[in-house]
Amino acid sequence: MSGGTPPVPLIAARDLSIRLGDHTILDDVNVEIAAGEIVTIVGPNGSGKSTFLRALIGALRPTSGRIERAPGLRLGYVPQKLSIDKSLPLTVWRFLGLPRRISHRHAEEVLAKAGADGLADRQMGDLSGGQFQRVLLARALLEEPQLLLLDEATQGLDQPGAAAFYRRIEEVRQELGCAVVMVSHDLHVVMAASDRVICLNSHICCQGTPEIVASAPEYRALFGTGTKGALALYRHEHTHDHDHPHDHTHGHDHGHDHAHPHKDDAA
Amino acid sequence: MSLLDDFLARAALAGLGVALAAAPLGCFVVWRRMAYFGEATAHAAVLGVAVALGLGLAVMPTVLAAALVMALAVSAMTGRGFAMDTALGVMSHTALAAGLVAVTLLADVRLDLMSFLFGDILAVTKSDLGVIWGGAALVVALTLWRWPALLLSTLNPDLARASDIDPRREELVLTLSLAIVVAVALKVVGILLIASLLVIPPAAARPLARTPESMALGAALVGATSALGGLWAAYHFDTPTGPSIVCTASVLFVLLTLAGARRHRA
Repeated sequence: MSGGTPPVPLIAARDLSIRLGDHTILDDVNVEIAAGEIVTIVGPNGSGKSTFLRALIGALRPTSGRIERAPGLRLGYVPQKLSIDKSLPLTVWRFLGLPRRISHRHAEEVLAKAGADGLADRQMGDLSGGQFQRVLLARALLEEPQLLLLDEATQGLDQPGAAAFYRRIEEVRQELGCAVVMVSHDLHVVMAASDRVICLNSHICCQGTPEIVASAPEYRALFGTGTKGALALYRHEHTHDHDHPHDHTHGHDHGHDHAHPHKDDAA
Repeated sequence: MSLLDDFLARAALAGLGVALAAAPLGCFVVWRRMAYFGEATAHAAVLGVAVALGLGLAVMPTVLAAALVMALAVSAMTGRGFAMDTALGVMSHTALAAGLVAVTLLADVRLDLMSFLFGDILAVTKSDLGVIWGGAALVVALTLWRWPALLLSTLNPDLARASDIDPRREELVLTLSLAIVVAVALKVVGILLIASLLVIPPAAARPLARTPESMALGAALVGATSALGGLWAAYHFDTPTGPSIVCTASVLFVLLTLAGARRHRA
């Protein structure tokens, strides 16, 4: 099921497993990301999407397996949320200059790329949700990444805001030619723009082009059958019962870690 | 060296040294909401003083060790799932109580302890000054060196890791610096008021600051002014010096907060 990946991936997870205590968050995940492709990771709350991304950036150590990076890989990361304490005064320019200071002009340029023109001298705390996300994107673009990783980057944005943000990502990809890996809830927006969708629920349930994934039984088991699954997602019907055959090999003792709390804060 | 022969000059220099070291570190204490972490580290100093006096060890190194052990113990407890305030509540008061008990058992050191609880800046000797400025220089150098990494780790640990910075190592730098500041501030404001010197100057500088650096600089100014102003007030009104320094900082906090509110409205 590793359809059509070129020989040298930018980054790859090999037999990646992450356990916290006796809770298995990721179980034997194998993913390769090729240069320039847009990959979306979908899955119910608590399915390990954010954990997977954090493992990719090196924030989490795998319990077993490994992450392989192409030598000298430049990656940009947009975190799920970033709360800046009110006691910390911080201009957008200064924020972009962490940890390495940049010139004001460089800041303006990268902000323009992310669609956040003219915000350099504003306080981070005064930005709207959409402006804040675009500043985070600008920071991720600073070093002209070959790989852009976005973790639920549109959380807190309304539908038009999220759609505009994804159009911006698409533009950035065309300009920089970078690969994009994003975790998202906005299936209907994201799926269409993706080259490949990975449906994650501790293990990889299924992956492929959006059309293939949307019609896969594993995906439907997670998200239901209506309108490419988008509707079902918003109803949070995460009954995960695998009565159907799988094409990967590990114990199918489901029901243990698939009872997902129906909350909106993803793990 | 005639200047250093004057006890007031020595006191002023000691106060300045502590204020300068506490300012940038205090900013992180405020940004990371670690105010009670500083308090707990200071309480550990009581135990450190008791042990040092009881065993006839040098006070400052023993206090440094106690503060470090405390800081690491609290980190270890929160790593094991205790809530931060619970860990601090347990460790901080245990250290304070154990220190007071230990001092009582060593009857003849009870008097000495008072000067450590409330500070005795007028009794600072030349060698004390050396230790204070040495420690302060070390802390300032450490924070300046790690500044960008510390800032990014404070903002978001994952962003730090994505930039190849280990946030746990930066946390250790802060912990170590905190222990040093507590140890050198002992004589100046005393154990019970050390945490205020960490928190009040940055809080006072916040309303007028637009960048982290300007806040740290402002905190240093407020701290230095408080040290000198408090010393002057103590001399003129014959009040205890440590509390006078803290009161001066509090007055500055009120004034700057009002000024900040005015500017915000304008």
